Amino acid sequence: MADIAARNPTILTGDRRSGLHKLMQRKSTIAFLMALPLILLIAILVAYPAGYAVYLATLNKGMTRFVGFGNFEFLFGRDTFWLVVYQSCLFAITAVIFKAIIGFVVAHFVHNIPAKGQRKWRGMLLVPWVIPPAMSTLAWLWLFDPSYSALNWLLGIFGIEGIPWTGEAGWARFSVILVNVWIGSPFFMIMYLAALKSVPEQLYEAASIDGATWWQRIWYVTLPMMRNIIAITALFSLIVTFANFDIVRVLTAGGPLNSTHIFGTWAFRVGIEGGDIPLGAAVSLFMVPILAVAATFILRDITKRGSEV
Amino acid sequence: MVSRKVNRRRFVAGTAAVSAAFVAAPFVRGANAAGKLSVGFWDHWVPGANKATEDLVKEWAEKNKVEVQMDFITSQGNKLLLTTAAEAQAKSGHDVLAFSTWLPARYSEQLVPMNDVMEPLIKENGAVNGTVEYLGKLNGKWLAVPATVGSQIKGPCSRIDLLKKHAGIDIQAMYPAGQAPKADAWNLDNFLKAAEACQKGGNPFGIGLGTTSDNVDTAGALFHAFGAQLVNAKGDIVVKNDQVRQVLDYYKKLMQFLPPDVPSWDDASNNKFLVSGQGSLIMNPPSAWAVAKRDAPQVAEQLWTHGFPVGPKGRYAPFLPYFWGIWNFSKNQSAAKSLITHLSQASSAEKMTNASQGYDLPSFEKLTTFKVWAEESPPKGTLYHYPNPHNHQTLSIAAAPAPHKIAEQIYTQAIMTQMVVRYAKGEAMDKTLDWAAKELEGFTRN
Repeated sequence: MADIAARNPTILTGDRRSGLHKLMQRKSTIAFLMALPLILLIAILVAYPAGYAVYLATLNKGMTRFVGFGNFEFLFGRDTFWLVVYQSCLFAITAVIFKAIIGFVVAHFVHNIPAKGQRKWRGMLLVPWVIPPAMSTLAWLWLFDPSYSALNWLLGIFGIEGIPWTGEAGWARFSVILVNVWIGSPFFMIMYLAALKSVPEQLYEAASIDGATWWQRIWYVTLPMMRNIIAITALFSLIVTFANFDIVRVLTAGGPLNSTHIFGTWAFRVGIEGGDIPLGAAVSLFMVPILAVAATFILRDITKRGSEV
Repeated sequence: MVSRKVNRRRFVAGTAAVSAAFVAAPFVRGANAAGKLSVGFWDHWVPGANKATEDLVKEWAEKNKVEVQMDFITSQGNKLLLTTAAEAQAKSGHDVLAFSTWLPARYSEQLVPMNDVMEPLIKENGAVNGTVEYLGKLNGKWLAVPATVGSQIKGPCSRIDLLKKHAGIDIQAMYPAGQAPKADAWNLDNFLKAAEACQKGGNPFGIGLGTTSDNVDTAGALFHAFGAQLVNAKGDIVVKNDQVRQVLDYYKKLMQFLPPDVPSWDDASNNKFLVSGQGSLIMNPPSAWAVAKRDAPQVAEQLWTHGFPVGPKGRYAPFLPYFWGIWNFSKNQSAAKSLITHLSQASSAEKMTNASQGYDLPSFEKLTTFKVWAEESPPKGTLYHYPNPHNHQTLSIAAAPAPHKIAEQIYTQAIMTQMVVRYAKGEAMDKTLDWAAKELEGFTRN
């Protein structure tokens, strides 16, 4: 075979050309080539740092020798670490639930506004989401400020004693979750609004003919039609909220008594401020399995429903 | 023809020989110290204060024919800390960098020894205090040179009128401008009584108990005043001792008279509390006074910076030096040393201190009597006692004398203020001590 091909170079070149031509005509090849810049960008900005973090997490404190899972073993024995795990879960899960509920309710309100005025409302409601979080959190910090708190001043007008917004563990946790919900709800709102607009009107009409109540229409029509969007939005938000840094860092810096630290802020405290970079890397990597498990379940569910359709 | 293949071993040996020759070479003063130099300075918060440094560097650069690239890096948002960490990892960056309190020790293996710079400076300007030596010198090796810019004492800054009105204390009489302190009565018992009186009068002391530097520094000085150590110089955990119990009891009493939200205070909270007119005393360098001078002049003219109250084991004030260090990957170490020497001269230090309105403190004994501290106003002499001109108090750092790697963790994780808050909020003493012991045990890992 090889001899024949070698003796007849014209055929060989023609075959190669047509092979390449066919390859280039394939949709998957074009898609790959178009995605290549992004893939390279992700490799440089995400895959390399992630790999480097894994490498760092396997070193000792002085970064002079390999310790395998030593840093993780050490973390498992620390009370503060488990406090951070608890707080990260509390922070992320509570915030995502409230963001989803508020986003869902507000999306319905906006959906029911006549088309003419809807754009204005959509724009205004997106404001908390489009302001850089570090900036809007600073504004919240001033609202919660011990000396100049505008919120406490308002409470004072009604004779209510000032609240230690960031000074007491419970209130501090409430404050950081509140700010996260305030910033993140518009994202849910806009995603749900898009999903609501894609639900065929006929389904509601059919439900009305069948005598469905308002609640039944939500439960049997709206929610099933929005299920995938809800799942993807929740997953995306869960990942972003778990990895949050700026809100807690600006508002409480993890205090008081470490009661608001989440993985990101504690990793920074231990790794950068405390000079134990391998341990900091290990703390930040601890998010990966939690998020991987959540992502697997949610995405598997979506794929299953996709194949059922 | 003999082929000389460069293998790894030969390459390392060659590089080491070149580096050794380079490091051992005496640093050059004058026209020979040519080449390029990049310097990362701490970006001063006082407007115009960077100018003094800039002028001094330019003056040196022109004289020595060196091309200098200056970067003023803010410590806001830990920018300087992140730059330092990144340069240490990359083994590339500035030749000279400003290192905050604990960083010379953290990067001790990557810094060029500075004994040949420090020894003549000490001869010329007098000894440095024990805290500078503890932070900047390791096993006989000077890791970096204490910088004037950014170094500070975080002593009490009080309201003259409010202390007089609520507590009957004439702080100016205790700390008269131009004279040695007459502060024997300024002890921790009277401090507590004054805190109570001011709180009852509606102007509490503003002493933070959060996790940031100002909070930790104050706690550190009070722990020292009781002789309370968490970890000793050998690295043994000694937290369960009577002195620690005493200081926690003292703080518990003091905390009743402080604003309820002090556990969440950061480094700006105490400044705001004083400038707003609510507070009668905070622990801070004169930055709060400088801000008040601009934003609330009626508050500024009542402020007086002075010494710490004395405790059973002495009178301690927190001292936080900045350092100038040279990375061992620097390609122009001789020029870098020459520049640092120039910046550390008495005349340079005075220019920097003047430009910062007295905020910056040289670490050398003979450089604590510049005119600026006696003359700054209002009121005149408000900063006279700021640089500790009469060695009235021992300058200290929280967590000393523990080995640096442990002490730095105690400091950054704010173990002392956390202990205070836990105990003051009702946790049993033994439980607080157990918690601290477990945390400290974690810091001893290598």
